[in-house]
Amino acid sequence: MTISIQPTNNPPEKLQPKGWLKYFSFSLDHKVIGLQYLVCGFLFYLIGGVLAGAIRIELTSPLSDFMPREVYNQVLTLHGTIMIFLWIVPVVNGAFGNYLIPFYVGARDMAFPRLNAVAFWLIPPAGLMLITSYFINGAAQSGWTAYPPLSITTPAAGQIIWILSVLLLGGSSIFGGINFIATILKLRRPGLKLMQLPMYCWAMLGTSILVVLSTPVLAGTLILLSFDIVAHTGFFNPSLGGNVVVYQHLFWFYSHPAVYIMVLPAFGLVSEILPVHSRKPLFGYTTMVFSIMGIVVLGLVVWAHHMFTSGTPPWMRLFFTIATAFIAVPTGIKFFNWVATLWGGKISLNAAMLFSCGFIVNFVLGGITGVALAQVPFDVHVHDTYFVVAHFHYIVYGGSVFVIFSSIYHWFPKFTGRMLNENLGRFHFIITFIGFNLCFAPQHWLGLNGMPRRVAEYDPQFQLVNQISSVGALIMALSTLPFLWNIFQSFFYGIKAGNNPWHALTPEWLTTSPPPVENWEGEAPLVLEPYGYGKKEPIEIIKTEEE
Amino acid sequence: MTSIAPKEQSSEKEVQTEEHEDLRLFGLIAFLIADGMTFAGFFAAYLTFKAVNPLMPDAIYELELALPTLNTILLLASSFTFHRAGKFLESNKAKDCQKWLLITGGLGVAFLISQMVEYFTLPFGLTDNLFASTFYALTGFHGLHVTLGSIMIMIIWWQTRVPSGRVTNQNKFPFEAAELYWHFVDGIWVVLFIILYLL
Amino acid sequence: MSAIVTLVTSVMLGIGGVWAAYNVNMLPVSASTNAPVYDELFRVLFIIGSILFIGMTALVIYSLFHFRRRPGETGDGIDLEGNISLEIFWTAVPAIVVLFVGLYSYDIYDRMGGMQSLSSHNHENHMESNAERLWGGIGSGPIETSSIDQSSSLPIELTAMQFAFIFHYPKGDIISGELHVPVGKEVSLKMESKDVIHAFWVPQFRLKQDVIPGQPTILNFTPTKSGNFPIICAELCGPYHGGMRSNVIVDEQEDFDIWFNQNAKETISSL
Ligand code: HEA
Ligand code: HEA
Ligand code: CUA
Ligand SMILES: [Cu+2]
Repeated sequence: MTISIQPTNNPPEKLQPKGWLKYFSFSLDHKVIGLQYLVCGFLFYLIGGVLAGAIRIELTSPLSDFMPREVYNQVLTLHGTIMIFLWIVPVVNGAFGNYLIPFYVGARDMAFPRLNAVAFWLIPPAGLMLITSYFINGAAQSGWTAYPPLSITTPAAGQIIWILSVLLLGGSSIFGGINFIATILKLRRPGLKLMQLPMYCWAMLGTSILVVLSTPVLAGTLILLSFDIVAHTGFFNPSLGGNVVVYQHLFWFYSHPAVYIMVLPAFGLVSEILPVHSRKPLFGYTTMVFSIMGIVVLGLVVWAHHMFTSGTPPWMRLFFTIATAFIAVPTGIKFFNWVATLWGGKISLNAAMLFSCGFIVNFVLGGITGVALAQVPFDVHVHDTYFVVAHFHYIVYGGSVFVIFSSIYHWFPKFTGRMLNENLGRFHFIITFIGFNLCFAPQHWLGLNGMPRRVAEYDPQFQLVNQISSVGALIMALSTLPFLWNIFQSFFYGIKAGNNPWHALTPEWLTTSPPPVENWEGEAPLVLEPYGYGKKEPIEIIKTEEE
Repeated sequence: MTSIAPKEQSSEKEVQTEEHEDLRLFGLIAFLIADGMTFAGFFAAYLTFKAVNPLMPDAIYELELALPTLNTILLLASSFTFHRAGKFLESNKAKDCQKWLLITGGLGVAFLISQMVEYFTLPFGLTDNLFASTFYALTGFHGLHVTLGSIMIMIIWWQTRVPSGRVTNQNKFPFEAAELYWHFVDGIWVVLFIILYLL
Repeated sequence: MSAIVTLVTSVMLGIGGVWAAYNVNMLPVSASTNAPVYDELFRVLFIIGSILFIGMTALVIYSLFHFRRRPGETGDGIDLEGNISLEIFWTAVPAIVVLFVGLYSYDIYDRMGGMQSLSSHNHENHMESNAERLWGGIGSGPIETSSIDQSSSLPIELTAMQFAFIFHYPKGDIISGELHVPVGKEVSLKMESKDVIHAFWVPQFRLKQDVIPGQPTILNFTPTKSGNFPIICAELCGPYHGGMRSNVIVDEQEDFDIWFNQNAKETISSL
């Protein structure tokens, strides 16, 4: 039991399709699965983005004139669900997790390759089901939170399909989580200690713990909800003696941790990217590890901050206020450490770096509005308004999506063996950053001044600001074009990257690009210092050996 | 290759087929933790309903203790017999192992039957009131687990037959997995019994 | 040296934040006893938030600029893996800030009446509700205002349904689609929903409370400014959620009395 080689239950390599076909097959290779997650997630992102576009078009005028009111609610429900469950969660966890974790622990594949493939292949059907539900009697229209009794009284077909597809996606997420825990804890190359792992492993370990502990509760809740819809039980139906607030507690017991499921892996990715491009070790490794675990623990006990106006008792509100606000402490440690990583480095201002720094700036703003929202007396005014919409888009878009872009710029050479065009990448960053801030910054003001969320019609005094926001959304949509062009262009004609274009020290760069099927031709390298930049022997040596 | 990656391995090393340690049991445990959280959610819901939502005045919600107590005994006994079967598998006595597996499976089925009897004799139906619904949801979800477990036991029973079965003391994983799962289902029942019937 | 420059700039920007907090109007007019308390909290949060945000942004931009790789430069940055005292420093500072914010907002919450227990309050007004369980919205107790007449609060019942708010005044048995209340008098709103969850929100009062079916909830507030303010439903409740609005008309006591007498059941029947 020394080095983990191909797990025995893998079928012989010959049976696996070769070439591009493998990306459309039930492949067991973690790298193929990772890219399948990435591409699939990105396609869903475009769909979710078009839906966001529809929302922003509707909101350029105070009347409900672009689409029928029911359709608006369906669109915003699908937008939220797709963006969370089919874009951010699968990509920051599934895509990068599958691609990178085996490299980082020095393994040839994930612990359970077959389960891994199953977890991925649950996603496309679930997503397609969700989208087609629009054409059968209309999609779900009670928001991504699906609060009963509204979700019980709206047309059942759409809601049931929504529940089924979220259940499938949750199942996929749980399988993935089990796989990551097993891989990180049990598949480490001999000689590699936990505290020598790259930070992304810790982030994925924490995330997977959250997934395993909280997703099943959502599954159970949605099963009860579907009983209410189909079998007319009364769990959450007050007219039958049920209790709607219980649903909210159970839902947020999952969905608050879910926000850390969306952002902790992004934290991990940033921790990989910043040291490479600033040529400095990651600052404060140990505190970073502890802050991740702190976020995991705190993240499990703050869910009721989404329910401050639901008539919860005062002591409960206070407890959740304090617990929530304290998440700022471990999160703050991470941010200060990242800035300290930049400090005194030799920073390359490339697209990966810019997107990561954009993430820091955006997330700090989103986090600060989050800490404000955590204060009960503040929240009772802005709950369910555009202030909340601004808060979470600053985090999910300005945070997670920026990190995804940053990671694509960083790892594209490894994925394909070719470099992306940096100038186009910087241009992509600049317009994304401008469009993003133009779109969501004004929404803070809207919320504070009286515009509720999830409305297709609003007070005319908010028209101008909404139009500004819509222009921002348009710029964001346009910013996707240089990115897509860059990907296509570079995929075929990009400069050859070589094995390690960034002279990085983490293990995935110590093999060919793209890597061979079992990751390394020979034995897995033992990387004890993934962040050993600036050590005695300059990185340049590696470069000469490479050529 | 780079300076960090060791280069010395030669091409014949490529055929090394060392496998990593068997992690399936580890995976199963993680899965059972997840499954347990589903039950935890249900329990939390039930307890909150109980604390906050009074029973509507005309609602009927009474449970008898006799059958569920019998059920508890059945399940606890089956955990024990399963363990017993494992002992025999270890000492390679397939016949005895099969016998005890059969008993275990029988106890599982007996549990399911007696659960059905309870369902049909209860004075309330699924949609009668909140507690009735929760009762059926909880016991039903657990019953589903018992059904799956019983099927698993039957499959294992078939697979432990000699000489052609695939589960032996060389290949114990399916047996151990089913046993662990069965103990888990059993443990959940004890919690469920306390919460639903005794509280 | 560079650190001092950063420090000075961020302090200046912080001062800019304080200035903005006091001079840029970011909230609608304040029209209840709750609102000035709320605005105070908002200002404090805004100042702390701007200092943190601007400081962090300045640090990032400064590092990107100052430590950027010049053309032709090779080699790595300094080999610096951590610093215990720095870590302690930036664990302690956010912890203190958060603790301060938490305690401060507890105080605000208390002043808004959030910690008042329901049982000590308001039961006389909703006698019939003694049997059923009531939930408290924020502001379920009175706010410390000696000037305001608290001898008795005005009980009103709110029924929310898809897609309207209906107000019922038990005293005059008035049913109205709009909420009429006198200035300076505490209103005790008992809210219940007929179908799905709605929310009662008056931005100018800085108050919001979900109206939950099966969970009657009390919300107390005292308007301080006469005028006409929107009541907005803030919880997704179906297709016409966006159109589910009404008005709260805050009148001087005399004007309110006139309206009340014109509409009260006894008056109508005696005509
Ligand atoms: C990835 C997603 C993500 C993340 C990471 C967060 C992070 C946080 N969120 Fe957010 N949130 C959402 C996604 C996310 N949120 C979504 C989707 C919703 C809406 C759901 C819906 O209703 O549809 C929501 C809603 C939401 C609410 C409910 C609002 C309402 O509906 O009324 C609250 C209230 O407490 C909240 C708080 C917080 C806090 C305190 C954090 C903290 O974790 C932030 C911590 C970070 C920082 C504070 C910044 C860095 C720290 C420093 C620089 C140190 C110094 C700082 C201080 C001392 C303050 N969020
Ligand atoms: C988790 C990730 C995530 C992401 C990435 C986004 C991205 C965006 N969101 Fe999303 N949003 C949510 C999660 C997310 N959102 C959630 C959870 C809700 C709550 C739902 C609910 O209330 O239930 C929500 C709600 C929400 C609302 C509030 C709706 C309402 O309450 O009425 C708005 C309004 O402006 C909005 C806008 C946008 C915009 C403009 C983008 C943009 O960033 C998108 C940019 C991307 C593209 C535009 C795609 C690429 C471009 C093309 C494919 C070209 C073609 C484009 C067009 C035709 C426009 N979102
Ligand atoms: Cu009523 Cu929204
Ligand atoms: Cu949350």
